[in-house]
Amino acid sequence: MEGFIYPNEGVVEWDLLITIYPFITGLVAGAFVVSSLYHVFGMKSLKPVARFSLITALAFLLVTPLPLIVHLGHQERGLEMFLTPNFTSAMSAFGYIWLMYLLLVLGEVWLIFRPDIVRYALSSQGIKKTIYSVLALGVYDVSEEALSIDRKLIKALAAIGVPAAFLLHGYVGFIFGAVKANPWWSTSLMPVIFLMSAVVSGIALLIGMYIVVAKIRRMPLDHGCLRSMTLWLWGFLSLDLVLEGLEVFTMLYESEESWGIVHQLITEKIAVSYLGIQFVLGSVLPLLIIGFIELSGLKENIKTPFRFVSAFLVVAGVFAMRWNVVIGGQLLSKSLRGFISYTPPLLGLDGILVAAAIMTLPFIAFFILSHLLPPWPEETRVGERKTLSFQQW
Amino acid sequence: MGNKISRRQLIKDGGKTLLGGIFILSVPSLLRSFTRTEEPPNPAAAAQLDQRDWETRYWGFICDTEKCIGCGRCVVACKLENKVPWEPEYNRTWVERYIFTMDGEVFVDSPNAGRDGFTAEPMNLKYQNLDVSKSFFVPKLCNQCDNPPCVTVCPVNATYRTEDGVVLIDQEHCIGCRYCIQACPYGARYVLPEASSTHFGQVRVVDKCTWCYHRISKGLLPACVEICPVGARVFGDLRDPDSPVRKMLSEKRVYVLKPTLGTEPKVYYVGFEKGVQ
Ligand code: SF4
Ligand code: SF4
Repeated sequence: MEGFIYPNEGVVEWDLLITIYPFITGLVAGAFVVSSLYHVFGMKSLKPVARFSLITALAFLLVTPLPLIVHLGHQERGLEMFLTPNFTSAMSAFGYIWLMYLLLVLGEVWLIFRPDIVRYALSSQGIKKTIYSVLALGVYDVSEEALSIDRKLIKALAAIGVPAAFLLHGYVGFIFGAVKANPWWSTSLMPVIFLMSAVVSGIALLIGMYIVVAKIRRMPLDHGCLRSMTLWLWGFLSLDLVLEGLEVFTMLYESEESWGIVHQLITEKIAVSYLGIQFVLGSVLPLLIIGFIELSGLKENIKTPFRFVSAFLVVAGVFAMRWNVVIGGQLLSKSLRGFISYTPPLLGLDGILVAAAIMTLPFIAFFILSHLLPPWPEETRVGERKTLSFQQW
Repeated sequence: MGNKISRRQLIKDGGKTLLGGIFILSVPSLLRSFTRTEEPPNPAAAAQLDQRDWETRYWGFICDTEKCIGCGRCVVACKLENKVPWEPEYNRTWVERYIFTMDGEVFVDSPNAGRDGFTAEPMNLKYQNLDVSKSFFVPKLCNQCDNPPCVTVCPVNATYRTEDGVVLIDQEHCIGCRYCIQACPYGARYVLPEASSTHFGQVRVVDKCTWCYHRISKGLLPACVEICPVGARVFGDLRDPDSPVRKMLSEKRVYVLKPTLGTEPKVYYVGFEKGVQ
């Protein structure tokens, strides 16, 4: 604590859990956008990761509500958000948007993996047969005719999915942007900034996961695909950086009453995570690295570690951005005369361990999902649909 | 022998304690006896109020910063009346001290939220090196805003506005998301701790000033208004031309906190100064 804060303000009410909540939703939105770039916009180069990104999006989407619920004072009343919603609240729509989006992603996953599911259901035995038969939902028609209908549906769902993903995440930004009491949050740019950084973090996550998974599975990397993802990352990252810069520049230029304390916040209180990690390490540096290696004539496999490092920096930078918004915004007193201090505790529901545990859940979900529905490209190449037995992987 | 002395001592000390005790304890018991009685203590006022439907009233509040002496009685009375946790981090109302220097600097403090008054940290000692131009106390409480952002953001409608213009929380419904705390520009809200024993027996939900809704609906004054020794807190019906608030509002020039946010607060401040927020 420093300066004067209102007596009730000593606690940072939205802690680490609320920091990882927009971080996870952001990764969902970003991963989904990558899969849609292929399914809707026909970006052929992204084909190797189209299914992979969808499974990743689903894995993170399943975990999304968890930090929010754990954070409630009364978890047992959490369902009230569905039962007695107040539609003027930016938060109350979350349940509905999430549910709608979950159904949409599940639908798309089912349609895309249907031929595989049918094949596994027909070729496996015992418990596996039961699982895949249940997943097939009684539909075993994989004729070319049926598949072409599927493809149309997939395209439609993926197309609806893009605005839905934007809605899901843009609205998370709105939760903060619409709080006029907080000068660091209250900007109409907030939803757009959240959206851009979401897409950025999702693409970066996929780059990282793709490289790691390929290493683990000894899969050859598709460098064309990797290059394409890296370039998309570069594009969105530049946009994101411009928007974030614009936001602060406007505050500085307008120099309202609150600028004094906001200035102190970003240059002193969160200087390391804001200027250091979010801006320099998480945005400017990866932009430079990517720009340099993609223009250079380096061999593709030499570029890979650089791409990986850039992706890692970007994800870290976006996490720092979530921290700077969520925690940073609560560090400044609404009296505009002082600061609250906050260090996350290690133990307890609001501690680092719980947050870390929640952050590993999407990866566990991904592991399970990718065993159930292998998204790897070599097994899905059209034309050579050899029957796959469960034991092969 | 020792027994006797200690007994005598006991009586002696007991006498002192009793006097002090009567004085201190009279505050809560007075307040409690007020809340217990079904009949309001002032029959005339009650009769007057009874003629009017509660839904036709529209409550308003005035804090006179020219009168407030920073004794902190209001904070204590509020804590006792509403079972607000005694620790200084939990407040339905509190008192701030503003110090303006000759070169335009502003210092604000509120030791223990003003609960124990300001005498432990007198200004002339705490701000010794400052060239003070003026100083005053500002009582704070929920503004029962006419356009309350806390109500807008509550995802489950647990925070709502009554017909008579008071913002209340249904603590049996509140899910503890704390969005309302983020949305209130005045720091009026706090989370009830695990160990609290409030009237509704709830923990980990949000609490804030209700202008003593349980009292005002019976024709009583809020506890802080009742206890204030200098009349720095004035309460009444904004629709009643004879109410003390209405009268004062037509006599004095007043201001509200953070008017640019459009929350339309209903706590009006007399003796306002730029820099108070
Ligand atoms: S002062 Fe704060 S808690 Fe009270 S009504 Fe206004 S916004 Fe709500
Ligand atoms: S903490 Fe309770 S009263 Fe406040 S917004 Fe959440 S549910 Fe509503």
